[in-house]
Amino acid sequence: MALTTYVEAVRQGIWEEMERDPDVFLIGEDLGVYGGAFKVTLGMLERFGERRVIDTPISESAIVGAAIGASFMGLRPVAEMQFADFISCAFDQIVNFAAKCRYRWNAPAPIVVRAPSGGGIHGGPFHSQNPEAWFCHTPGLKVIAPATAYDAKGLIKSAIRDNDPVIFFEHKALYRRVKEDLPEQEYTVPIGKARVFREGRDLTVVTYGAMVYAAEEAANELAREGISMEIVDLRTLLPIDEETILASVRKTSKAILLHEATLTGGIGGELAARIAEKAFEHLDGPVLRIAAPDCPVPYSPPLEDAFLPNARKVIEKARWLYHY
Amino acid sequence: MAAVKPMGFSAGLSFSEALDSEAGLARQALYYMQLMREVEERIERKLYRQGKIVGGVYVGRGQEAICVGAGLAAEPDDMLFPCHRDLALYFIRGVHPRQVFAQYMGRVGGLTRGKDGNMHMGDLRLRIVAIISAMAASVPVAAGAAMAQKYKGSRDVTMVFFGDGATSRGDWHEGINLASVQKAPLVLVCNNNHYAYSTPLDKQMACENVADRAPGYGIAAEIVDGNDVFAVHQAARRAVRHAREGRGPYLIECKTFRMTGHSAHDPGDYVPKHLWEEWAQKDPIDRVRRRMIEEGWAVESELDAISAGIRRDVDAAIEWAEASPFPDPSELLEHVYDPAPRSI
Ligand SMILES: Cc1ncc(C[n+]2csc(CCOP(=O)(O)OP(=O)(O)O)c2C)c(N)n1
Repeated sequence: MALTTYVEAVRQGIWEEMERDPDVFLIGEDLGVYGGAFKVTLGMLERFGERRVIDTPISESAIVGAAIGASFMGLRPVAEMQFADFISCAFDQIVNFAAKCRYRWNAPAPIVVRAPSGGGIHGGPFHSQNPEAWFCHTPGLKVIAPATAYDAKGLIKSAIRDNDPVIFFEHKALYRRVKEDLPEQEYTVPIGKARVFREGRDLTVVTYGAMVYAAEEAANELAREGISMEIVDLRTLLPIDEETILASVRKTSKAILLHEATLTGGIGGELAARIAEKAFEHLDGPVLRIAAPDCPVPYSPPLEDAFLPNARKVIEKARWLYHY
Repeated sequence: MAAVKPMGFSAGLSFSEALDSEAGLARQALYYMQLMREVEERIERKLYRQGKIVGGVYVGRGQEAICVGAGLAAEPDDMLFPCHRDLALYFIRGVHPRQVFAQYMGRVGGLTRGKDGNMHMGDLRLRIVAIISAMAASVPVAAGAAMAQKYKGSRDVTMVFFGDGATSRGDWHEGINLASVQKAPLVLVCNNNHYAYSTPLDKQMACENVADRAPGYGIAAEIVDGNDVFAVHQAARRAVRHAREGRGPYLIECKTFRMTGHSAHDPGDYVPKHLWEEWAQKDPIDRVRRRMIEEGWAVESELDAISAGIRRDVDAAIEWAEASPFPDPSELLEHVYDPAPRSI
């Protein structure tokens, strides 16, 4: 069987939900005729027509605002931001309206906002960002960031069925780089559940998105030195699956939090606090963070390479922590 | 403030004729339009394909008359806010092509020393504000620059460039409205190239012209043939005069066509072929050249020599840029903040 790429997995997930539920529709820039800047929605205009695949003007705030409005009418909008970097143009509609609707006046706003994010593609400061922390700081939202094709498909389906607003980050560097065999039969992946991506004994790396693969590369290398590293892939960033994280840390007694987004105010800090609060007596070393340094994402390859966390940086910290 | 040299980069090429004469304008305009096209051809068709440029590439092929015609109507102290198809504005302000190649290749010789790529560059000493990638985000910023020009009692104006698609953003509307109520000296230059990425104009707006929106904000506007550098320049002069006289913002809508895909990775298959063919007949560079010869302002061999000079300059500029080093990773955290407070 042919392997399915991450980008194809998202596409299949959306496609299946559109077949299943006539209220699901797509709204965003260049997603119909062009099939989306990353071709996630390729062929959908032909299959589902202009009524359900809406090419909009360059109007992120209107895209999200209209999605919220349509959701009040019983529709299930899936909005696309061409790059996650432009989600800030729709910030108010997301954080001040969609996120607060259920709490304020018991009105669900079941929208999905898809946002291709992440660096490693030489996109520079405006086409590489990882803005998930802004949204993790917003109660009422759910935030998803899959790392595998399997999860990308299963989670986009769950996101579309979810009755609350979901921000769905798709890592651009993974779109065509990761592939796997997907089940023939239909499946979903639950929101709010992390998974142990790789089992280990000696220390835990908690991560998500493209950094799962940096952790995996590091784990392979460390295994040769006899260090066994467990990798927890969060998959959902809000709500946080504390149980899976704490279970892993209690087992290994050492924790590293790894993300591609910048360090200060990143979700690694939140996770570190939870580990300190709830698993302190199990710890045999300090909780460490590995993240991008506090600066914009630079364009030039040597700068971007220095900026992005990678396997080498994970190996260094993991070794240190192992020997602590 | 660095002086801006209103001349070419070729050795020995200078523009002695005033821009007031059509012949003088033609000479300068042709030079900058050709330089822009040559630089962008090398970027898009050579360096990008050779893998020497790793990031996005957006060019203004077929639209050169807009930034050149308008840019030449601005005084050196006027502020410029280019968009991603306005490369010649940088040359007019004295940025050397070699800096542009270095910028695209992520080298320290580029305007941002590798921090950013492609057209995302600026230099306040040259009064060019770096592009904000989010379309139309520049418009409120330009409104603020224009308000500051008024605040300081200067006679300078601000010129901001954008595409038709950008006019769909709320920022565009908010910026214009604010500038209008403040009567700020803001010149708005729209390149209406009929597409925003893959989205044709009729999916972008339901009125016929971008300029139709001007009355709603109480500002002056006119529509020009964006492939006629003389027409664009004259309109820009009217707009600049209007703004300098304190009469508020002025919008120029330049009708043109994007003669490429959206970017180097987009072949633009969604554009009907006949449109490419029709607009190829209206190429702004061919038009100036033809007119110069018809009017007897220049002879063919003279213009060929200028073209050859541009190609040589561009060869040398690429060589210089390729010799410019990549930034050292130690520069990563430089310039996030200024360590010193303001001293008055
Ligand atoms: C807010 C925002 N959304 C999406 C994009 C992605 N994008 C870059 S250029 C572009 C099309 C711009 O069209 P237009 O303003 O007409 O300028 P043109 O490229 O045609 O010159 C889009 C959608 C962006 N840069 N900013």
